[in-house]
Amino acid sequence: MSTTIRQQDLQLQGQNRLLGSLYSRNARAVIGRGLLATKSSNWLVMVSGFVEPVLYLVAMGIGLGALVGQVEGPGGQPIQYAAYIAPALLAVSAMNGAVYDSTWNVFFKMNFAKLYEGMLYTSLGPLDVALGEIFLALLRGAMYATGFTAVMGMMGLITTPWALLLIPASVLIAFGFASFGMGITSFMKTFQQMDWINFVMLPMFLFSATFYPLSVYPTAVQWIIQALPLWHGVELLRQISVGVFTAATAVHVLYFVVMIVLGMLLTTGRLRTLFLK
Amino acid sequence: MHTNVSTKSVISARNLTKAYGEFKAVDDISFEVPAGESFGLLGPNGAGKSTAMRMIGGVSGRTLGELDIMGLDPEQHGPEVRAHLGVVPQQDNLDEDLKVRDNLIVYGRYFGLPLSYLRPKADELLEFAQLSDRAGAKVDALSGGMKRRLTIARSLINDPKILLLDEPTTGLDPQARHTLWDRLFRLKEAGVTLILTTHYMDEAEQLCDRLIVVDSGSIMAEGSPSSLIKQYSTREVLELRFGAERNAAMAGRLEGVGERLEALPDRVLIYTNDGESALEEVTGAGLHPITSLVRRASLEDVFLRLTGRSLIE
Repeated sequence: MSTTIRQQDLQLQGQNRLLGSLYSRNARAVIGRGLLATKSSNWLVMVSGFVEPVLYLVAMGIGLGALVGQVEGPGGQPIQYAAYIAPALLAVSAMNGAVYDSTWNVFFKMNFAKLYEGMLYTSLGPLDVALGEIFLALLRGAMYATGFTAVMGMMGLITTPWALLLIPASVLIAFGFASFGMGITSFMKTFQQMDWINFVMLPMFLFSATFYPLSVYPTAVQWIIQALPLWHGVELLRQISVGVFTAATAVHVLYFVVMIVLGMLLTTGRLRTLFLK
Repeated sequence: MHTNVSTKSVISARNLTKAYGEFKAVDDISFEVPAGESFGLLGPNGAGKSTAMRMIGGVSGRTLGELDIMGLDPEQHGPEVRAHLGVVPQQDNLDEDLKVRDNLIVYGRYFGLPLSYLRPKADELLEFAQLSDRAGAKVDALSGGMKRRLTIARSLINDPKILLLDEPTTGLDPQARHTLWDRLFRLKEAGVTLILTTHYMDEAEQLCDRLIVVDSGSIMAEGSPSSLIKQYSTREVLELRFGAERNAAMAGRLEGVGERLEALPDRVLIYTNDGESALEEVTGAGLHPITSLVRRASLEDVFLRLTGRSLIE
């Protein structure tokens, strides 16, 4: 409190960096805040995100799987029904975790806790905030993916070392959804509007070739499903789980890379309009 | 070096304008704030004070005009400018997920400051805000005054050169206000430039070296509290209450008493340099107010004169 301000302190130097007004290369401060806040938050909420896909796997894979028996895997080889749906459920869980973190959590922090308002009055720019929050969403997604992959292993659903790639691939999927989710949330003003997110997510979960192959649909419906991100996630993880890679694998990965880039542009632009208006 | 500090402007606004469509929240205002000054923006709700503050902080762009904060344009160099600003927003936005001390440390991290600096600094600021015994408490367990003090402590974590305070004491009890004022005085003594908005006249008189009165986005008057009172008001004010029904009617019969007269719904104000003799004049004319009060003129009177309405409406 005893510091005295001198004349030479009162002339600031500006740096002309790219994105200078949006980004101060300090997303780690946002991440640090998130980790500290998690300590005091409810662990049960965290755990439930992991348990949910496991419950689906047990119910559908073991229960329904007993009726279904074996199905045709990505490479054409027969695999157990549980092994068929497990990677799909992992993709769903990556999506759910990322979307929850980047929509409901962000919605609350934006509109009620006024957290971002406080952050943006510091040296942080909107891009620091977006990157930090998305990283946290991905960290959570990576933890879920690791846990779920371990469960798959314990249930004997993993037959190839390639399956370890399920974890980074899940993070890629989560990144795509999180970067878009945060941008979309910035348009939301009320809880009723937030419900629209679930309205989109549930059918995507049920119909993205999660529980049965895409070929059951008429061609027109197939095209719609193939345009949606979850289908690409399901197919990508399904291929990885058995170690079968084709040209389509690259397309799936590319789909998410493009989604991430567009999502980050959208989110940063929106945060800028919302907070630096 | 010290002698000419006060001559250097840390904030310089020229023709600053912020329009939302047709509506001009800030309409062509210009002002300079020298280093170390305590500068006030006074005005009724919706006058454009907070918008002006947001522009200084670089979290609101401008429609027209120029703004220079310590040599930089906050719109172009937001992070660099904000690194040297402390901000106390109108509504506390403390991090409810974090404990009291962590609020300070985490906020300091947003400025990229190292923990080795922040840990002792946080303790020092808790001491300053009289919250040392609450370091490990949850934020929502604090009283309104404590939250406000914590918000002010938080705004000081980066040793700001300019502190922006948006209605710092609104909603606080008198004791909490005085504690806060004392803390702000100390900051001013340390050379921090204070920019504050308020609609409490006593606060403005206590804290501001100089102020501008803003209404509908424009500057109505500018000067020190005492010079504004001298310029826009008489030395004393005689307040008369005749009862709500009769104030307006009585005002007509009081013409000629004092220099100027203002009839408000609840009372009649007579502006004069000698309140006692004005009161004698009133009673001498056979008028008997229910209550009468002679007081020194305040900024409130200036404000009433300039905007034609009271501050808190």
